[in-house]
Amino acid sequence: LSLIRSTAFLNAYVTVAEETALKQAEESEKRYRRGQPLGVLDGIPIAVKDNFNTAGIETTCASNMLKGYISPYNATVVQKLLDQGAVLLGKTNLDEFAMGSGSTDGIFGPVRNPWSYSRQYKEKTLPKSHSENEESNWVITGGSSGGSAAAVSSFTCFAALGSDTGGSTRNPAAHCGVVGLKPTYGLISRHGLIPLVNSMDVPGILTRCVDDAAVVLGSLAGHDPKDSTTIQDTFKPFELPNWIDVSKLCIGIPKEYHAPGLSSEILALWSKAADLFKDAGAKVIEVSLPHTRYSIVCYHVLCTAEVASNMARFDGLEYGYRADMNKSTESMYAATRREGFNDVVRGRILSGNYFLLKQNYENYFIKAQKVRRLIANDFVNVFGSGVDILLTPTTLTDAVPYMEFIKEDNRTRSAQDDILTQAVNMAGLPAISIPTALSKRGLPVGLQFIGHSFQEKQLLTVAKWFEKQVKFPMIQLEEVKRHECSIFQHQKSVT
Amino acid sequence: WVPVVGLEIHAQISSNSKLFSGSQVQFAAPPNSLVSFFDASLPGTLPVLNRRCVEAAVMTGLALNCSINKKSLFDRKHYFYADLPAGYQITQQRVPIAVNGSLSYSLCVDNKMSQMVTKTVRIKQIQLEQDSGKSLHDDARSQTLIDLNRAGVGLMEVVMEPDMCCGEEAAAAVRELQLILQTLGSSQAIMAEGQLRVDANVSVHHPGEPYGVRTEVKNINSMRFLAKAVDYEIQRQIEELENGGTILNETRAFDSKLGCTIPMRDKEGKQDYRFMPEPNLPPLILYDARSLPVDMNHQQVVNIDWIRERLPDLPSVTRAKLVELYGILPEHSFTLLNEDGLAEYFENVIKKTQMKPKKVIGWILNDLLSYLKQHALTVKESPVSSFLLADLLNLLEKREISSSAAKQVLEELWKGEGKTPLEIVKEKKLELIQDQKELEQICQAVIDGQEDEVMAIKAGNLKVLNKLIGLVQRATRGRSNPVLVKQILEKKLSE
Repeated sequence: LSLIRSTAFLNAYVTVAEETALKQAEESEKRYRRGQPLGVLDGIPIAVKDNFNTAGIETTCASNMLKGYISPYNATVVQKLLDQGAVLLGKTNLDEFAMGSGSTDGIFGPVRNPWSYSRQYKEKTLPKSHSENEESNWVITGGSSGGSAAAVSSFTCFAALGSDTGGSTRNPAAHCGVVGLKPTYGLISRHGLIPLVNSMDVPGILTRCVDDAAVVLGSLAGHDPKDSTTIQDTFKPFELPNWIDVSKLCIGIPKEYHAPGLSSEILALWSKAADLFKDAGAKVIEVSLPHTRYSIVCYHVLCTAEVASNMARFDGLEYGYRADMNKSTESMYAATRREGFNDVVRGRILSGNYFLLKQNYENYFIKAQKVRRLIANDFVNVFGSGVDILLTPTTLTDAVPYMEFIKEDNRTRSAQDDILTQAVNMAGLPAISIPTALSKRGLPVGLQFIGHSFQEKQLLTVAKWFEKQVKFPMIQLEEVKRHECSIFQHQKSVT
Repeated sequence: WVPVVGLEIHAQISSNSKLFSGSQVQFAAPPNSLVSFFDASLPGTLPVLNRRCVEAAVMTGLALNCSINKKSLFDRKHYFYADLPAGYQITQQRVPIAVNGSLSYSLCVDNKMSQMVTKTVRIKQIQLEQDSGKSLHDDARSQTLIDLNRAGVGLMEVVMEPDMCCGEEAAAAVRELQLILQTLGSSQAIMAEGQLRVDANVSVHHPGEPYGVRTEVKNINSMRFLAKAVDYEIQRQIEELENGGTILNETRAFDSKLGCTIPMRDKEGKQDYRFMPEPNLPPLILYDARSLPVDMNHQQVVNIDWIRERLPDLPSVTRAKLVELYGILPEHSFTLLNEDGLAEYFENVIKKTQMKPKKVIGWILNDLLSYLKQHALTVKESPVSSFLLADLLNLLEKREISSSAAKQVLEELWKGEGKTPLEIVKEKKLELIQDQKELEQICQAVIDGQEDEVMAIKAGNLKVLNKLIGLVQRATRGRSNPVLVKQILEKKLSE
């Protein structure tokens, strides 16, 4: 908790649940003393993105619409963590309603990438910069689960929940140098996750290593009767082997992911990674996912349509913000929604409603659904032809400075930044971003692995092997060093 | 002019809980006491389909000769209104659960029960959808009070094609549907409690010409008003067109006090509901005996054939059986089924009496029913039980009393003082005179007192005999057997 306080300048947390966290920690300790921990996660501090419902703790989605909203129930994933004895430290910052790729557009302000304050970044970048103030050079976390990524990256928690609709867990994971897992759609319950795009959203898991991700996945996955889109099959939690042989695998390198704007650095890292697998005996081949380039446009239509629909419930009547307007119900709705939502949200609602109009539905929504099927089929074809895992970059560049990021609007940025992650959400596949190396500027770069539906075990096994090979360096943060004693004792992974 | 009437009927499903959430379904509960998180549209909540509602819809579809769609879909219909918390209703617009059925109903020609004609109306479809909450407008304080108890209750919308031509047909069709729903138990269909709501689509045109513009008439909450509203609207349209006016494609409300339809508050042009597939509900898959996988868990599926096998006799079948079994007239069977509990009452009497059903029915329909109607009682509330009536009819059948005496006894029985028919007969000395000699004496006395009539009879006017019989009846206070009296009089007069 004190580390959270000393890293408050990162703005990773919206709410710190100090009292309840201390209580939970106390009770956990009691259980350990009795020799009766609830499970592997008992006592482990976690953070949850502020678009998950947490009973008794404010859930804002970084929006005026829900500022002060205290939900009466826990999201299923939150409940599962609590049932395991995890300690909920607080709710993390995000782009308003998870719309964005920088975690910069929420009412609580932008999240700062902890690496901005790392020795690695300061050594490499700051001497070169002309600005005297290190303040203006801080870089974004990526988004929209930036708060969660920053929280894990700065050691204020061991694991955090994010959400992933177009890359919102993997993108900040890559920028913040942590592991970001997007599970298969339908594996983890969305009950209690305030939706962005119901047909693409999944709860995401952010941790410092792949083994931790496997542990958290194990306690979250499985059918939830409260979410009709979760699969019925029983999920068997797994442990990852320590000795991994990748020689029997076929790794696919989709050529379309060599997208315009991909930095030469990342391209080189990608290539090096492919070589790593080749050298280990795996089959590494180039593959094609021809409809990749349509995914952003397709996503815009489907996402905005669902957003327009999902946001219709925010009318100020039952909960949340209500404008001070009494003339009529309709004027109250209009004022509430104008004042409660930011530009990004309102823009998407307007676009979405446009696409859903009777005269446009066929040309936009139906068309986009068809394109979506084509994109999903690209993966089916590739996976069906013998490829086990796809290897791609997660982001086009390393994290950009905030001052540069805000020069373009949210929509433009989202369109640019989602290109390498979005198609996976279209297809509902599992994917994971693994911190690979530091860039020239001393900032993390991650690479992405995409697996077969519901084959998280294989995906994480390959990811773990890769993680071992690259040995990504630990962040060197002043604040963390000061907490050395307590932190490093728990530095070892929970497994 | 050819009037054309189609109907959209919303029947509330009789179930313990709502269509997509676990909150209870109950009429007249304290406001907002039956509202789950999902009903209140709290963010993050998801719909979970209620199995009983699906079964009710399948039952109803089968009873209406529909094809049951083994795969049906759910959609969101968007509009903003205070009683619709989510800003959309979940319904089935693209592919409903049942389509292409028919309903047969009967009408009396010229109000004569003895001439019944059977008509058929096509059922376009049956869809499952959510009911909305209730809003009460308090104009005095310029506020609206919202009660969400009804929000989310399951509805079956039954769409009847415009095959009807007047109010009477519409009412008869709805009445038959109501009986079917009540027999199936899929809906209690009590209009007064809002469990059955009818909207009528009305238009007129000249024979041979295309259909005219139609209006929708809403707010019809009784069977009586349905016929009135439809007929008024037909008349209004005819008058309007004959005066050179045009019909607007609008929604009108029926004002029961004034007996006319009035335009509803202008909704600013046609609504675009921006239909979109409901992403949180997978397609609804139903099985039949052939398609049911062997290893499928019974609890998880709805088997159409299983439901079909368990359908109770529909009203038309029950009526036919009554006619066949008891030799009563078809119109009698209609009346028996039209009154809740009457058919059962009838059969109970039959079981306990030797009197032939064809005679019993007269007592049921003429005496019992008219008394109940006069005092606005239901069959269940009848002070005369089927046992009592059967006892009485037995006395009559055994010729211990005359039929006019029986009517007197029935009068007494209505008082509900607990006396048996036999007790009343003894009390009022209503037994038929069994003593032949006594009867002959009385007959002689009457003959002696009616010289003119005797002469008329002897002259060949046999109808006058009835007057004499009547006089004997009066003299005996109904205690004479008219058949016997007639015999005695005839014998005496022929001497």
